Amino acid sequence: MNLILQGLAWIFTPSHWVTSVGNVSISTRIGEHFYYTGVSLLVTVLIAVPIGLAIGHTGKGRGIAIVLSNASRALPTLGLLAVLILGVGIGLLPVAIVLVILGIPPLLAGVYSGLESVDRQTIDAARAMGMTELQILVKVEIPLGFELIFGGFRAATLQIIATVTLAAYYSLGGLGHYLVFGLAQNDYPQMVAGAILVIVLALAVDGILAVIQRFVVPGVSRGTTRQRRTARGGAIPPVAQSRTLIKEGQ
Amino acid sequence: MNWVWTNFDMIWGLTLSQIWLSVIPIVVGFLLSIPLGYAASRSKAARSILLSAGGILYTIPSLALFVSIPVVIGTSLLDPTNVVIALTIYSVAIMVRSSADAFASVPEPVQDSATAVGFSGWQRFFAVELPLAGPVLLAGIRVVSVSTVSLVSVGSVIGVSSLGFLFTDGFQRNFFTEVWTGIIGTVIIAAVFDLLLVLIGRLAMPWNRRVSDRKLRRVASRSAVPVS
Repeated sequence: MNLILQGLAWIFTPSHWVTSVGNVSISTRIGEHFYYTGVSLLVTVLIAVPIGLAIGHTGKGRGIAIVLSNASRALPTLGLLAVLILGVGIGLLPVAIVLVILGIPPLLAGVYSGLESVDRQTIDAARAMGMTELQILVKVEIPLGFELIFGGFRAATLQIIATVTLAAYYSLGGLGHYLVFGLAQNDYPQMVAGAILVIVLALAVDGILAVIQRFVVPGVSRGTTRQRRTARGGAIPPVAQSRTLIKEGQ
Repeated sequence: MNWVWTNFDMIWGLTLSQIWLSVIPIVVGFLLSIPLGYAASRSKAARSILLSAGGILYTIPSLALFVSIPVVIGTSLLDPTNVVIALTIYSVAIMVRSSADAFASVPEPVQDSATAVGFSGWQRFFAVELPLAGPVLLAGIRVVSVSTVSLVSVGSVIGVSSLGFLFTDGFQRNFFTEVWTGIIGTVIIAAVFDLLLVLIGRLAMPWNRRVSDRKLRRVASRSAVPVS
């Protein structure tokens, strides 16, 4: 417990927030962490969202997507990073590749299961009213499935933010640096400080996304989720009568 | 390839420790998640507390959790127990949601009829609810198994030996073969574990009730992804 206090003291030492010779400030490390996260997240979104929409809209290719997603879960991140850094050299590229590989499965699953959660009858009705496929996608499927889509985005973001920590092991910086460096130097206060910073960052981002999720999810989808599940005859859990459960069930 | 044969003993040793380090969290996580998930399926308050706690724990990056365990419980930093405890925390955190969903998926009329024909609470749980929750539980534990196996290797950063040692060592020696051996070994272990779980599922649920694809898919898309 004493170490936790020492870790906190390390974080609140003013000199650790200033970049000087042989010392990179905490804020710079946070910046690096967000930089890796942001770039990878952007690429992940650009790849996973179109594919997910295509799978969810057409219902084709889901089997392959699931197999690939599950297989990618078995890949050990640390090893993948090592191979890529040995292959293409140290820098943003190997980290980004690994992070994108990790980020795609949750986002992809969120997007296509979001679209699939939309009641078929609603889509048929939209089509009968003369909506084009694109209109159905943009005006019906995406809004109604948005809760799951955003859930996938949140999961992908956290996956990426957590994994950036490992990049520090290969001297790529980010907040994991203090953790890895402190460990290597037997400087336990620094190591604990690194762990605290990484944990706080992950929890803070998750908290912010949770709040955003509450606001951006279109209000209609929540009330109708229950009716949709009942109407479909899908197993509706006995406790699902509460709105909380459906909200959490992203 | 030569390298693999000459170092086979070392690789086999690392494989065994990787297996041990992952089997314990998978089994313990599964066992713990059953009562927790059951409680979560019975009470709204329990559900919201357990699932939020699970969500928060699972958000913590693995490396940070690995070094936090000794700080909190006072074990030595190099103790493999730290990795086992950390991975058990993750597996419970992921599994409790699957388990809650699994028990919630047992239709209420079925539970009521079990009570009506005279099952006591415990009988009903073991003879009716648990078997019917089985397929969703299986889907959940398969996710836990794969992610646990691949996370064990992160332990090598804090000096807990597993196939992850091949990553750190191979990287320092700039030796591709060694790193690849570790990756392939990890994937093989994950695949074998998955196969075993499916087999156990077949044996334990011989009626082979096919849960609708949709239900499993919902669980799969919802269940947590491994945190690295």
